[in-house]
Amino acid sequence: MENTIVKAENYNSYFGDNHVVKDVNISINKNEVIAVMGPSGCGKTTFLRGINRMHELIPGATSTGKILLDGENVYDMNAIYVRAKIGMVFQRPNPFPNLSIYENVVAGYLLNGIKLSKADRDVIVEKSLTSAALWKEVKDSLHKKGTFLSGGQQQRLCIARAIAMQPDLILFDEPTSALDPISTSSVEALFHELKANYTLIIVTHNMQQAARVSDRTAFFYMGELVEFDDTKQMFTNPSDQRTQNYITGRFS
Amino acid sequence: MTPLENELTALKKELVNMWILVQSQLNKAKEAMLQFDKDLAREVLIKEKRVNSFELKIDRDCENIFALHCPVAVDLRFLLAALKINTNLERIGDIAAGIALYVVESTVNFDIDGLEKTSLIRMYEEAVNILMDTRTAFEKEDTVLARSIFKRDDVLDAINENAPGTIADVIKADINSLPEALYMLSIIRKLERVGDQSKNIAEEIIFYVEAKILKHYESSQKGKTDNNEKE
Repeated sequence: MENTIVKAENYNSYFGDNHVVKDVNISINKNEVIAVMGPSGCGKTTFLRGINRMHELIPGATSTGKILLDGENVYDMNAIYVRAKIGMVFQRPNPFPNLSIYENVVAGYLLNGIKLSKADRDVIVEKSLTSAALWKEVKDSLHKKGTFLSGGQQQRLCIARAIAMQPDLILFDEPTSALDPISTSSVEALFHELKANYTLIIVTHNMQQAARVSDRTAFFYMGELVEFDDTKQMFTNPSDQRTQNYITGRFS
Repeated sequence: MTPLENELTALKKELVNMWILVQSQLNKAKEAMLQFDKDLAREVLIKEKRVNSFELKIDRDCENIFALHCPVAVDLRFLLAALKINTNLERIGDIAAGIALYVVESTVNFDIDGLEKTSLIRMYEEAVNILMDTRTAFEKEDTVLARSIFKRDDVLDAINENAPGTIADVIKADINSLPEALYMLSIIRKLERVGDQSKNIAEEIIFYVEAKILKHYESSQKGKTDNNEKE
């Protein structure tokens, strides 16, 4: 139980009357890589955005149930604090275009008005970029704009930005769907390294990626969490026929 | 159907065609043995090349499907099973050719009385039937039929175990029958292998359909309930 970092209890999400995520119960352990997959519109991204309370930023969006982070309901916590503890990386790399690589990494501190000494900032930048496997490539051009980097490097910069806030958990929403295979491979390799210090939840449409990078996989269909199991088990012998139909491409 | 389903359907058809050829090879080798028909035996030896061609083609097809379609779940299990069934069928093809070669090499015909005494004919018929039923189980994905193979293989094993005694009796009855008796013993040994290969195939069918692994399980356990099976 104490190994659990995130737990959803009877969690539901709505857009107005549209019931998008239905009564999800799931328990995720520390230092696990979780893949979340399912067809478009199945509620996987909405569920992900419910974890760090980004869902509620959309007008008309509501949710019920609990998301427990280390046993505490995130909906009883300060939303800004929740998003600091739960980092997020999006589909398209989105470094701040007017900020340098260096400034991008510490953007979370700058934008929240958290003052740091230059020495502390230097340490955070080097540590975060090293963790994101980007330090060696950018250490001599830290003051160039982040947008000068390649797509894969920009995505790793976004990961470094998330890491800089020292989150407990990092959410990834289709993090490599806009990247070429080489960049995808470098980001996937990074997942394996990040796992030592963080818990990762990755929404992906790429089933082979889910199989390659995750310890456990959750399959969503029509808002329901249909199956959540060891990834090896899921891709060799799923227990639910709907999961089998989806992963074998026989979904109608 | 998805492109992957089309590929798997074509692969299944190809395997069934190979199966039919291997069955035919085994039957012809039996006829050649009973009738001492050297021409028929030579035909089996020539057609062995077709069995080998099937094996190579199926291996290549599986490789292509793995590379191009990245199959998972039941599709992955089917492909893994297909690769192993392919190997087992090719070996049964080798066995049929081996028996045909004995007919070609033997200078005297096999004494029907000796074949009866050693239960070789009964063993041969059962081996052919087992192989035929594994094909039916494969085509219909019938795991009950596949499970029945394990017990039936025991019949072949028993005849094989008794073979030294029964062959010795044939030799004692007529010392001049020594060369053909040795051929009969070799054929019994080969037919016992057909049973083993068919059993392997039955295990693969159960793995593919039910995702249950029965390999290296005692045959006595296999006929029992699923409770004993490793998942």
